Amino acid sequence: MKLLYHIGHYFLLMKRVFSKPEKAGVFFRLFIREVEMLGINSLGIVIIISVFMGAVITLQTAYNIESPLIPDYLIGLTARDSMILEFSSTIVGLILAGKVGSNVASEIGTMRMSEQIDALEIMGVNSANHLILPKIAAAVFINPFLNIISIFVGLIGGYLAILLSGTISPEQYIFGLHFAFIPFYITYSLVKTVLFAFVITSVPAYHGYYASGGALEVGRSSTRAVVYSSILILLINVIVTQLMLA
Amino acid sequence: MIELKNISKSFGTNQVLKGISAYFEKGKTNLIIGQSGSGKTVLLKSIIGLHDIDEGEIFYGDREFSKMPIKGKKEIRKELGMLFQGGALFDSSTVEENVRFPLDMFTDKTMEEKSDRVNYCLAKVNLVNANHLYPSEISGGMQKRVAIARAISLNPRYLFCDEPNSGLDPRTAIVIDQLIKELTVEFDMTTVINTHDMNSVIEIGDKIIYIYEGEKWWEGSKDEILKTDNKELNDFVFASDLMRKFRD
Ligand SMILES: Nc1ncnc2c1ncn2[C@@H]1O[C@H](COP(=O)(O)OP(=O)(O)OP(=O)(O)O)[C@@H](O)[C@H]1O
Ligand SMILES: [Mg+2]
Repeated sequence: MKLLYHIGHYFLLMKRVFSKPEKAGVFFRLFIREVEMLGINSLGIVIIISVFMGAVITLQTAYNIESPLIPDYLIGLTARDSMILEFSSTIVGLILAGKVGSNVASEIGTMRMSEQIDALEIMGVNSANHLILPKIAAAVFINPFLNIISIFVGLIGGYLAILLSGTISPEQYIFGLHFAFIPFYITYSLVKTVLFAFVITSVPAYHGYYASGGALEVGRSSTRAVVYSSILILLINVIVTQLMLA
Repeated sequence: MIELKNISKSFGTNQVLKGISAYFEKGKTNLIIGQSGSGKTVLLKSIIGLHDIDEGEIFYGDREFSKMPIKGKKEIRKELGMLFQGGALFDSSTVEENVRFPLDMFTDKTMEEKSDRVNYCLAKVNLVNANHLYPSEISGGMQKRVAIARAISLNPRYLFCDEPNSGLDPRTAIVIDQLIKELTVEFDMTTVINTHDMNSVIEIGDKIIYIYEGEKWWEGSKDEILKTDNKELNDFVFASDLMRKFRD
């Protein structure tokens, strides 16, 4: 029952979010700010985890299939497909749900507590549209770039791991990266990234927007926002995979 | 002017406003006073439409506000300025950006014209050389002034203030009160102020309504309030030693 209530309210809020901004210039300024806040500021963490995950995936694959029957270049292929299919979209999505999600929920929740949202409404500004649309638009715009960067950096991580551990020859790894490449996997990865970008901004925005109580409640709502965003990401992951890869 | 007719508002089973009628005049500072929890903030937020009322009518001039479609409400909202209890400044924007915000949203002025207007409003509230500071970098009294400057930046016809001098020292409180009073007269605004500060009542109470447990218990002027024989109002007005000495 409670879940239905929240779903209903979420969609009502989204209806207010997706309307024409009052002033295009103001929207554009906020959009640029959010691209920086949500996207550019996440670049560091995305690069770091991608390098390490790429390295670990490559090493694990290498150590697990030490069989003379399986050619070495399959290690490169496995690393590539793991990064594209799952890591750079879903895992990065989950990590950003933590970082971006708590940031969005606490920012908007604080604005609710300190009556800044009321102040906007009183001026005749559609506060949902003004505060939330730039965030959603910015994440949907910038996260695909983060996804591509993550894939690229992850494969470099794998390459470094190969070089340092000497398990297989770098040529074999590189060959594997090119072998039997399916461009549609990239499309699949980008589609997921865009959907996740929507989730990790809109769901926390909902939780912040309807936060009530005090500072403690802002903290709680941002925790809830991260939990719900993460669960939704996992759910969407299954659905999109079934729809696109089956 | 603003006229309230028989306003009621409940939250669940808790009836906070019980049939309040009142008339707020133009060019005057109209005060709503009452104890903490009596319903002042709810009344103010109902008048500007942040709460939907259950019953009654709210007139801005001859326009009934509460049953208006959202478009009409938006038009009226552009004519009103509100000073929130905590200031409600946008904390990721500077002082200048805060005051400029309504101009950015609702006018097609050039950057230069907007800057002029911002500086004019900031000068009105005696705040110079603070343009590039953030709200967290200025004092509470300065924040209140910025909030006033923002509230008047679009030349509102109606100004609402929720406890404008709460949390300020007595001197600064009087300065803020006087400022609101001056602006009200200068721009001929209909100003409605929530307060439980007797100082403000004596200083700027052109018209006062006293709310007691959600009902309008009394109304009058600052001269009349000291001579009233209404028991509950007397208890409120002469709650402090200072006020009792002042009477005797
Ligand atoms: N959003 C709300 N939901 C439910 N009850 C509310 C809400 N806002 C206010 N109330 C209730 O309405 C009553 C009046 O509150 P209000 O904030 O108007 O008091 P006040 O006169 O402004 O007090 P103060 O001087 O302390 O600011 C209180 O009992 C409060 O619990
Ligand atoms: Mg109050």
